[in-house]
Amino acid sequence: MSFVSRAFHGRPRQQDNAGRIPPGQYLEKGFPVLSAGPTPRTQLDKWTFSLIGEVDKLKNWTWQEFQKLPSETITQDIHCVTGWSKLDTVWEGVSVDTLLEGIDTSAEYVMAFSDGGYTTNLPLEDLTGGKAWIVFNYDGAPLEKEHGGPARLLVPHLYFWKSAKWVRGFQLMDKDEPGFWETYGYHMRGDPWLEQRYSGD
Amino acid sequence: MAGAALQRRLTWHLSRVVKATRETQRTKTLALEVPDWPGHTAGQHVDVRLTAPDGYQARRSYSIASAPEDAPQVALTVERIDDGEVSPYLVDELEPGDQLELRGTVGGYFIWSASVGGPLLLVAGGSGICPLMAMLRHRARQASTIPTRLVYSARSLDDVIFYKELESLASRGDGFEVFYTLTRSQPAGWTGFSRRIDREMLAEVAFAPSLQPLCMVCGPTPLVEAVAESLVEQGHAAALVKTERFGPTGG
Repeated sequence: MSFVSRAFHGRPRQQDNAGRIPPGQYLEKGFPVLSAGPTPRTQLDKWTFSLIGEVDKLKNWTWQEFQKLPSETITQDIHCVTGWSKLDTVWEGVSVDTLLEGIDTSAEYVMAFSDGGYTTNLPLEDLTGGKAWIVFNYDGAPLEKEHGGPARLLVPHLYFWKSAKWVRGFQLMDKDEPGFWETYGYHMRGDPWLEQRYSGD
Repeated sequence: MAGAALQRRLTWHLSRVVKATRETQRTKTLALEVPDWPGHTAGQHVDVRLTAPDGYQARRSYSIASAPEDAPQVALTVERIDDGEVSPYLVDELEPGDQLELRGTVGGYFIWSASVGGPLLLVAGGSGICPLMAMLRHRARQASTIPTRLVYSARSLDDVIFYKELESLASRGDGFEVFYTLTRSQPAGWTGFSRRIDREMLAEVAFAPSLQPLCMVCGPTPLVEAVAESLVEQGHAAALVKTERFGPTGG
C-alpha cells in the first residue's frame, strides 16, 4: 500500500490477540445488533427446523425434538463484515453434522432460510466437519430474539452474516445461489481471513 | 428476493476533502471529491479506510448523507464516538485538502429513490438521520411530491443534525413533513414531542397502514427495535419496514 492517512496512528496494536483479529477488523466488547427488518417473533410450538431440496428424504424437527438432539458448548471468535470481531463467545447448540447424519445428498451448497425471509448461501463443506451449529443459547441463557433467538446458525469461521438469525432450515442445492446480502453485492463465501467482504474481493 | 444482483468489484478510491462543516457539537460533514465515483442510491454507505505509517489499517462504514445528484461529490456526516478509533480522526483531524480512502457503494437494501414511490415514512434516531437525509435531498433534487414524513428523535434541539435544512425542506409545501421528538431537554416553548418514539406517537404521525407506506428506520438498536415492532403491531407489513441499526460502539 502506498497511501498513508496524514496524522493517523490508530489504536495501540493488540499483541495479546495477535492472530485472532482478521485484517480490517477491530475488537468489540459489546454485541452489536444488525438486521434488515423487524425482528420476527416465533412461537416455540410453531418452530420447526427443516432440511429440504436435494436430499433423499425431507427432515423436520419440532422445537421439542430439536432439544433432545445431542448439544454441545462452543467457544469461538466471531467476525462481522461491518468491522467488529468478538472473541471467545460462548454458545450452546446442535452440530450441523448431527442434523445431516444419515442424509444422502448430491448437494454441494446450502441456502439457510429464516423467519422474516432472510436467506444466506454456504458451501456444504463450510457447514460440516464440526464447523457449524444451530445454537439456541448464548452466554448461558436462551438466545435473545435480537440476536437471532430462538435459534440461529453459527458458522464462526465465516463473516457473521452467514450465521443466519431466526434460522428455520436448510435448502440443499447442487449449484450455488446468492442469498439475501449476497444478492446485494456481498461475497458468496465470506472468509474473514481473506477479507472476502464484497463480490470480487 | 427483490433487488438486482450487484456483482461488480468494489475498488478503493482516493478522495479529497473539499469542505469540512461542523453540524452539531458531535458531528461534522466531510464533503469529498471522489475521482471515478460510480454513483450511489440514497441510503447506501461506503467503507472508509485509514492507513497508519506502519501499514496498520482501520476500516469503518459510513452512510452517505448527500444526494446522488451531487456526484462526484459525496458527503459523509460523521458522529464523533469519544473512545472511537476512526470517528475522532475524521471529525477532529481531517481538513480540506486531506485525502481519504473509501470504497463503495455498499448496500442495496436500505435504499430509496423517487422512482420507488411512496408514501415514505422515515424514522431516525440521532445520527441515523444520515442515510435518510440522502433520501430527502434526493427527493428535493428530483422535485418529487411523494408524500413523505420524517420522525426524528434526538436528545436536544442542539443535537438535531441538519435542523435548518430540514425546516427549509418542510417549508416547501411539496408533501414533506417533519416531526421532532427531543428526549432529554427541550427549549422554552417547545411544542414538539419530548419522549422516546412510542406506539402512540407513531399512530399520530405515521401514514395509515392501509396506505402501505414504505417505512425506513435508522438509529440505535433500541429505537429501531421499538419502532419496527410498533409499526408491525399497527398493521404495517413487515416486508415494508426496512431497518438499519447503528450499534452503541463502532467509532
